[in-house]
Amino acid sequence: MSFPWAKQYEPTNPVMKFLDEKLPLPRLVFNAVGAGYPVPRNLSYMWNFGVLAGFCLVLQIVTGVVLAMHYAANDAVAFNSVEHIMRDVNWGWLMRYAHANGASFFFVVIYLHLFRGFFYSSYKAPREMVWLIGVVIFLLMMATGFMGYVLPWGQMSFWGAKVITGLFGAIPVVGEPLQIWLLGGYAPDNAALNRFFSLHFLLPFVIAGCVILHIWALHIPGSSNPTGVEVKSESDTLPFHPYYTAKDGFGLGVALIIYMAFVFFMPNALGHPDNYIPANPLSTPAHIVPEWYFWPFYAILRAFTFDFILPAKLWGVLAMFSAILVWFFLPWLDKSPVRSGHYRPLFRKFFWLLVVDMLILFWLGGAAAEEPYVMFSQIATAYYFLHFLVILPIISSIERPEPLPFSITEAVLGEDDKAVLGDNAKPAA
Amino acid sequence: MATTTDTAFTDAAAEGGVRRRDFIEIAAVATAGVGGLIAVLPLVSQMAPSKDVLAESTTELDITSLEAGQSIKAVFRKQPVFVRHLTPAEMQAADAVPVDDLRDPQTLAERTIVGHENILVVMGVCTHLGCVPLGAAEGENKGEFGGYFCPCHGSHYDTAARIRKGPAPKNLEVPAYEFTSDTTLVIG
Amino acid sequence: MIRLVGILVGLGFTFVVLLAFAFGFANWASDDTPPTAESVFHLAPKHVEFEHDGLFPSWDLAQLQRGYQVYKEVCSACHSLNQIAFRNLSELGYNEDEVKAEAANWVVPGVDPNTGEASTRPGTPTDNFPRPYANDVAARAANNNAIPPDLSLMTKARHHGPAYVYSLLTGYQEPSAELLASYPEAAPATGLHHNPYFANLNLAMAPPLTADGQVTYADGTEASIDQMAQDVAAFLTWTAEPSLVERKRAGWPVLGFLLFATILAWLAKKQVWANAKPKRKED
Repeated sequence: MSFPWAKQYEPTNPVMKFLDEKLPLPRLVFNAVGAGYPVPRNLSYMWNFGVLAGFCLVLQIVTGVVLAMHYAANDAVAFNSVEHIMRDVNWGWLMRYAHANGASFFFVVIYLHLFRGFFYSSYKAPREMVWLIGVVIFLLMMATGFMGYVLPWGQMSFWGAKVITGLFGAIPVVGEPLQIWLLGGYAPDNAALNRFFSLHFLLPFVIAGCVILHIWALHIPGSSNPTGVEVKSESDTLPFHPYYTAKDGFGLGVALIIYMAFVFFMPNALGHPDNYIPANPLSTPAHIVPEWYFWPFYAILRAFTFDFILPAKLWGVLAMFSAILVWFFLPWLDKSPVRSGHYRPLFRKFFWLLVVDMLILFWLGGAAAEEPYVMFSQIATAYYFLHFLVILPIISSIERPEPLPFSITEAVLGEDDKAVLGDNAKPAA
Repeated sequence: MATTTDTAFTDAAAEGGVRRRDFIEIAAVATAGVGGLIAVLPLVSQMAPSKDVLAESTTELDITSLEAGQSIKAVFRKQPVFVRHLTPAEMQAADAVPVDDLRDPQTLAERTIVGHENILVVMGVCTHLGCVPLGAAEGENKGEFGGYFCPCHGSHYDTAARIRKGPAPKNLEVPAYEFTSDTTLVIG
Repeated sequence: MIRLVGILVGLGFTFVVLLAFAFGFANWASDDTPPTAESVFHLAPKHVEFEHDGLFPSWDLAQLQRGYQVYKEVCSACHSLNQIAFRNLSELGYNEDEVKAEAANWVVPGVDPNTGEASTRPGTPTDNFPRPYANDVAARAANNNAIPPDLSLMTKARHHGPAYVYSLLTGYQEPSAELLASYPEAAPATGLHHNPYFANLNLAMAPPLTADGQVTYADGTEASIDQMAQDVAAFLTWTAEPSLVERKRAGWPVLGFLLFATILAWLAKKQVWANAKPKRKED
């Protein structure tokens, strides 16, 4: 698809030949994740997370379809139907724990995939579209994860639904009618539970569609790589299969060991005990916290406590959504011609500051909404916005990048025969 | 994918050292395959009846008040089951039929338990297409042979609930049951 | 242009959040509200060990049976066990006849077969444990306006559940002089009972286990308060997750298999990549 030296699919088996002529599905797979896709030879293990995320999506869809065979989306019986799955359905406990922890596993993988993208500027030309679709996938995942957490209809499900839909109530004028419309009632109830279940079932397939677009868009320029120098010749690449299938296979094994350790030995470690209490609209839990993967954004939401022209609540909602929306503009905010953080000394320092900032936001989003945590989250929120909207644009203008290798081959071998022949032995644009 | 795996092995072959390489790669792919198959087991097993369904797979009935000529309808595994206390006349009518003439040859004795030949327990599921036959409740059509009549396609069953006329291929099924006392019946 | 707008938006959010910080800090610095009684006197659950703890667990069936006896004779007067059916008792080591007999000891709601009126009947193995109160209103009315929660999932619905249940049951005590001196309002109000293991120090439940020997154990174990509390905590761990032991035992072969597969995958990856020397271009 992308490079002239990409291997062509040549089926030898008559069945595959027949299929390839009538419906070139094998060819599509061969070109997408087979030997027909040339990939930079220097990808590190940070490039494993795309394939892993795809695996997580399949895992969630499979276990989710299974759970939907036993779950009942009705506020009178939803909680008990989850316990029915845990107690009476054959392997039901495994299905549910695999699905609940699978969501966490998916988000761990996605956050690593995302920060890989931040460090290596995967959002830069020519991969803007890959990045934009990726952010859309992240938003869809958050919606899916949120609605999934409501389904067991425990205390956190109910109050999480109430708080999150309450955010829409902050919008001026239309907020309150919008919130009532979203819930189909004045508080989360059977109507809300049913529509959340319906959408929770639908959205993963929308995500799957976006994943196909994400991979399609990626295959036009080809994968990025740790040097950020674009592929120049065949010696810079290796076929995806068997090299990266083997590498991803190993990475998948390691990830599965960690995941299964959670599923079998501490399946409730990432959940909240209050969700084993049936939903009670008359009693609020002491601390309402969303699932851990929302914590950074929840911390940003709660950091705005001061009415400045607009009400504090609206500031919080705007900031929370903006915190993700800024990612859409990254390709145009960061104009540095160098992609990889390895060659950008100033950017690198701020990148690690962002990582620390994000970890602090994770911690604060899960902490109680009291001082001094709120003050910490205000500082961390300020850095978050400064980083993406102010620091990145400025350092991309003033930074002096370190010299880049001529090519991927040179980066791997220390030399490249073509380097001496080439007349453009300067940092790639 | 068969073709794509081939390329790995041809690359390997070109370098020599074919055997060991092949072995490890085949072992790794085979192990992943085995793992995938193991993962499928719970996915298949979860569709089998759950523990609460299995726990309700027997039905206990008290037939103390069931008089000769009366029937009761009970539920066994979410399906109707008919228990009929046969009158001597009904038993005689059933025994009078030449067994060899029947579509599904069975005597009344074969369809009841020794010592309780007057208690006939059958599934209320027509063997044609699964409708519930009439005849178990007071005043229902018992068909031409005084047993059960299926209104869907007109199958007539006699007093031993054997098929006598109509499209059904078999007699009404007798479920596994036993008497735990003279008046207590456990089905299943 | 995008960068200029971005910088302005970024500075805007930063300004507002820092403004909030400034006011928050000023409030916090001038705030001399003393810490609450709960934040000072609430205790973390005591340490207690069970056979179903850890990575290689098993159920202590004798203890679960004793715990069931405590639930039946003490807790069940006020607390339901909605998720559990009598048939589940077979997992505690009772045989089929014992389960049947035990179920028949309980009275469950039923329907009079002749009149259709609501009535009661003896339990059968497929029935769930009956609720002590017909509805929440009745539960409130009988318990000083506090609904006794369902116990089936109690140990999963609290942090450190089994230890929490054990600590709460053995933790009733008179409020310390120190507590009353600094927080006179923390003394238990009428109908409340002081317990430092309860989140807000005072709960509506009267001490349920009041005397050694309150229950006479069938297996002859001495029924001290401590023993009864441990036994019922173990029983409630089982009710909350009957598959707990099965789950952890299933985990080891799974992890073992994955480790083996991953090592193979590592070796295969090394083999494949041994082949990855760059081919030089001839031109």
